[in-house]
Amino acid sequence: MLTYIIRRLLLAIPTLLFISVAIFLLLDLAPGDPLAQMPLTIPPEVKEKIRLALGLGEPMWVRYLLWLKQFFVNEPLHIIANMTGWDVASDAQRVISWQTRSPVADIIAQRLPQTLWVVGMSYVIGVLIALPIGIISAYRQYSLFDQLGTFVSMVGFSVPTFFTGVLAIVIFSVQLGWFPSIYDTTLVVRDWDSFVLQVRQMVMPVAVLSLYNAAQISRFMRASMLDNLNQDYVRTARAKGLSEKVVVFVHVLRNSLIPVVTVIALGVPTIFGGAIITEQVFKVNGLGQLLITAIYANDLPMVQTLAFIFAILIVLFNLIADVIYGVLDPRIRYD
Amino acid sequence: MTDATAGPQPQLAPPPQVPPRPARSQWWDVWRQFKSHRGAVVGAAIFLLIIFAVVVGPWLWPHDPTFINIRARNQGPGLAHPLGTDQLGRDMLARMMAGGKVSVAVGVTAMLLSISLGTTIGVLAGYFRRLDNPLMRVTDLFLALPLLPLLLVMVALFRESLAGRFGPETGTFILIVGAIGATSWMQAARIVRSAVLTVKEQEFVLAAHSIGTRRRRIIFRHILPNVLSPIMVSATLGIASAIITESALSFLGLGFPPDFPTWGRLLYDAVDYLQQYPERVIWPGMAISLTVLSVNYVGDGLRDAMDPRIRGR
Repeated sequence: MLTYIIRRLLLAIPTLLFISVAIFLLLDLAPGDPLAQMPLTIPPEVKEKIRLALGLGEPMWVRYLLWLKQFFVNEPLHIIANMTGWDVASDAQRVISWQTRSPVADIIAQRLPQTLWVVGMSYVIGVLIALPIGIISAYRQYSLFDQLGTFVSMVGFSVPTFFTGVLAIVIFSVQLGWFPSIYDTTLVVRDWDSFVLQVRQMVMPVAVLSLYNAAQISRFMRASMLDNLNQDYVRTARAKGLSEKVVVFVHVLRNSLIPVVTVIALGVPTIFGGAIITEQVFKVNGLGQLLITAIYANDLPMVQTLAFIFAILIVLFNLIADVIYGVLDPRIRYD
Repeated sequence: MTDATAGPQPQLAPPPQVPPRPARSQWWDVWRQFKSHRGAVVGAAIFLLIIFAVVVGPWLWPHDPTFINIRARNQGPGLAHPLGTDQLGRDMLARMMAGGKVSVAVGVTAMLLSISLGTTIGVLAGYFRRLDNPLMRVTDLFLALPLLPLLLVMVALFRESLAGRFGPETGTFILIVGAIGATSWMQAARIVRSAVLTVKEQEFVLAAHSIGTRRRRIIFRHILPNVLSPIMVSATLGIASAIITESALSFLGLGFPPDFPTWGRLLYDAVDYLQQYPERVIWPGMAISLTVLSVNYVGDGLRDAMDPRIRGR
């Protein structure tokens, strides 16, 4: 098992390197000047000096390696320094946002909780809804419940979140006035009233995202249950007189959860990507919104860092999915 | 496949004026199975209707989507403007049809691009053993990319230079189609590869080999027709996801330019007037959802119809 995990870990390193090269090159080769936003009154020789000070005069591979060093050495050191108070980082160069002139990591740390709350909550709720729906619709295949579930998940899968979100705003905050349409990030949960406010503003984004997540996962759960329900071992279990509850929840469910668990793990990073849209709809100032504003402002370090963080999340959760699969299904390990 | 499902046929002198039942071919079976999938048939009908509306509609409808009539702005649905007008008095129905044309065109073109990329890579990886490992590694790497953020970055970075070279509309079209196509071929490549791997081990390929058929001819003549069904299914689903991606980009303000309507752009523009005129959000959103839903149903039906294990049941 350990060698399996180590092998997977080693495989992740070239993947991450490739992605970092891709992100770096995409931003580096793109037309467009990081100094384009500067006032035209700056004389050209001063502009050239600014360019050199930003490190734009170095050859590409030097900048790439420096960027890697900043990202993988300096930033973690600074984060450790901030958390523990040790002076390990001293004054190593940090990744600075061109927009705000403050370290990128600090801004991301400010934005992360909102994203984690909304996205994480919606994913958990989505999974909790999806699993029972998948189990019941597989067990009662072609029943009314199954047909309805299929239709709802097809709709949830097909209707984009930027429409369901806007529709939810139209119905629940414009017409009915139940929930606020804008997510207030300055709200601090101190007492019961502020907690209620927090819950109220989270209801719509979480509901919209969890509908989308639940639609996909319930399909997987249903298909996986159906695969297992027709297997011989199920007939054997029934034949030896086990109760239906034991057959379904112990024998079938455990086996059919194996692929579903990996799908759930694989879905986590894509959720962060999908949350970009939901955050934009409900004005949640999380990571996705940060990315959009950074793109609009041509803030290259911020865009690079965020894109790379999304990539790390994907690779990490791919790894987690692989490991879980290996743990749950021993056949995979010895491949 | 045996003829067991055809039922007993009266062999007693069939009347000559009745044309003989068409021979059962693979595609006839597929069509019969497809017809029995109610959702797929309804989906196909709605999708064809939408395509008809956006292609033929602008000719039949007298209003110009870009004609500004400031006196008739912000009108609700009425006789002159069935879907109302926007904040500049442009007819919403005309804008919906013009936007739909672009959205559907982007969806279909991006799908064609990603399917041809995916099929090429899948066939190469499946057929040539030496190429298999490197190509599949590349596919895995692409799957590990954060696609939506990268798409946003690509569009934001290259929009202006392409717009300068080809004009704002064509440039954005090329960019968006290219970006979507370049980031959505991986699933198709994997599916095609696994299909090719099973087909190429079969006897008729060996037979073709043994009579000295060239590799290219084997691929085009024997392999490709046999992996057509997974390609068609993922092509159908590809249209849906391409339309969604384009709308998402437009919705985030990184799609087509403002005076060039697409469904996503119309939705994005309408969000500003959400409180006063919520119906303007509903029209494009419904159009996107209906199109995607119908395409997904068609894909579902095609998958069932093309699967010989399900077919004939």
